[in-house]
Amino acid sequence: MVEYLPILVMFAIAIAMAVVILVLTHLLGPRQDDPVKLSMYESGVNPAQDSKVRFSVKFYLVAILFVLFDIEVVFLYPWAVTYKTLLSSLGWLMFWQMFIFVAVLLVGFGYVWKKGGLQWD
Amino acid sequence: MDNTVFTLLPLMILVGFSLLVLVADMMLAREQRPALGIVALIGVIVSLISCSWLWNAPQTAWSDMIVSDHFALFSYIIFLVSTGLTLLLSMRYLSEEDIQFGEYYALLLLAATGAMLMASGLDLMTIFIGLEILSISVYILAGFARRNERSLESALKYFLLGAFATGFFLYGIAMVYGATGTTNIKVISQVVSEGTIRSQSFLWIGIALLVAGFGFKVALFPFHVWTPDVYEGAPTSVTAFMSTAVKAAGFAAFGRVFLSALQPMHADWTGILWILAVFTMFFGNITAIAQRSVKRMLAYSSIAHAGYMLIAIIAGDANLSSGSLLFYLLGYAFTNVAAFGIVIYLSRKGETEFDGKDYAGLAIRHPWLAFVMAVCMVSLAGIPPTAGFMGKFYIFSAAIKAKFYWLAVLGVINSVISVYYYLRVIFVMYFEKPAADYVHGTLSLGMKIVLILSVIGIFQLGTVPGSVMALLQNSMMVFQ
Repeated sequence: MVEYLPILVMFAIAIAMAVVILVLTHLLGPRQDDPVKLSMYESGVNPAQDSKVRFSVKFYLVAILFVLFDIEVVFLYPWAVTYKTLLSSLGWLMFWQMFIFVAVLLVGFGYVWKKGGLQWD
Repeated sequence: MDNTVFTLLPLMILVGFSLLVLVADMMLAREQRPALGIVALIGVIVSLISCSWLWNAPQTAWSDMIVSDHFALFSYIIFLVSTGLTLLLSMRYLSEEDIQFGEYYALLLLAATGAMLMASGLDLMTIFIGLEILSISVYILAGFARRNERSLESALKYFLLGAFATGFFLYGIAMVYGATGTTNIKVISQVVSEGTIRSQSFLWIGIALLVAGFGFKVALFPFHVWTPDVYEGAPTSVTAFMSTAVKAAGFAAFGRVFLSALQPMHADWTGILWILAVFTMFFGNITAIAQRSVKRMLAYSSIAHAGYMLIAIIAGDANLSSGSLLFYLLGYAFTNVAAFGIVIYLSRKGETEFDGKDYAGLAIRHPWLAFVMAVCMVSLAGIPPTAGFMGKFYIFSAAIKAKFYWLAVLGVINSVISVYYYLRVIFVMYFEKPAADYVHGTLSLGMKIVLILSVIGIFQLGTVPGSVMALLQNSMMVFQ
């Protein structure tokens, strides 16, 4: 554990620096507030409205569906990587494993479609 | 093709049927939906048949991630029995509650699949995946009556607390992995018995976190707070499923981890579990006395029963403990599903509060129904010749054989306490006058089948327990 001591020291110094600089600017810096300065930062564009707006719950559904089908692709990667090495030992099982996985997701896709999860209006 | 693939056949069948239910749900008209329950039921029966096909060849498979020993297969039977009975209860109930959706049946089958994966997992990661499949399905099922505020509250509570508990459980797995260098139950057991653990304190932290995770799922004392609200708010058929299959799944995995992976450390973890078991039993039983609603009383009684089941694990002998635990769980599944079935029948649409009035004079209005309820209560209280009595007998004798005399004594004292509130239901049914404004309903066919099967099961297990116990000899293959 001793060899990690310099890192700990570095952490302490970094935190101390940040705290000292923040406190010093707060104490010493002049404060001149005006409406423009206090307004939201929108990359230079004039802010049109409050940043906390309500947005449609449909976005949430789309996000969930995205995560779901995204995982499918993520799972395809390790399968594709090990495909060559495992093909000789597993044979057709290799194919059927992924086939069943995709088929299950296909049923899910059909379900979402039929239930109107993909309809925006 | 490697035929060990088919060790998961019962699970594959259930998943297949749950997909079938989803597809069929898209095509069927609204009023045809109860037929989906039949489809799901066929799935459960086919899966049950495939279990018997696997029975004679216990083996490990899928790179030692899965084991299909008698412990796992018998747990499958418990889950399938309670899933099947729940399905029979549900078909009419869902129509009455106006929540007849195909997803219900699909989710129930998926939950059972998760439960089976927990029981057969020979790797902590497999158990975790099973736990997640089970939990997520049941979170949705608890909130299935989506227009009922109580049901939504129950789902939200269960989900938030359950997600926390899952986090604890996963953290526990990480700690055990850190201490032993593996997540495989067989290898953990070797490492622990050889004493080549990397860090003893990590292992202890891991065990504590695992106890918290399992304790939540099976409703042990300090982790039980969700139970009454969730059980009361959820649709009653889901409560029946939760109190039997989910609890059985929790205990199957609990047993697998503590009776095989951590069995060499038996002396180290009995102390804490001893305290938990005693507190769970006393808390569940004493609080149940104060309940006016039968559904809530059954929720507290389910906490108390978790305490009895924990005694089996504390006894720590892989053979005796797992046998008595599974026997108890099977008897409990029959008893509790039937009791909740009667709660369903006596409750009126949308109601979640039940008082004694619905039960008063039931013996006059429906003598057979009152008889079944009485049998259930007697079995829960542990009076012979019922399954509940034999289950308790096996568990307490396992405790005595392992020299936990005080634990057995406290267990018996608790059984006596519980007799009070179970018999009160019988008293109300047989000795109080029925309410005048009571409207008679009819029993659905599914409900009749459930009640008949349960009574047969309760008496079968209570009078000739030997035939079932013989199946449970040396049920955990890890030790053979």
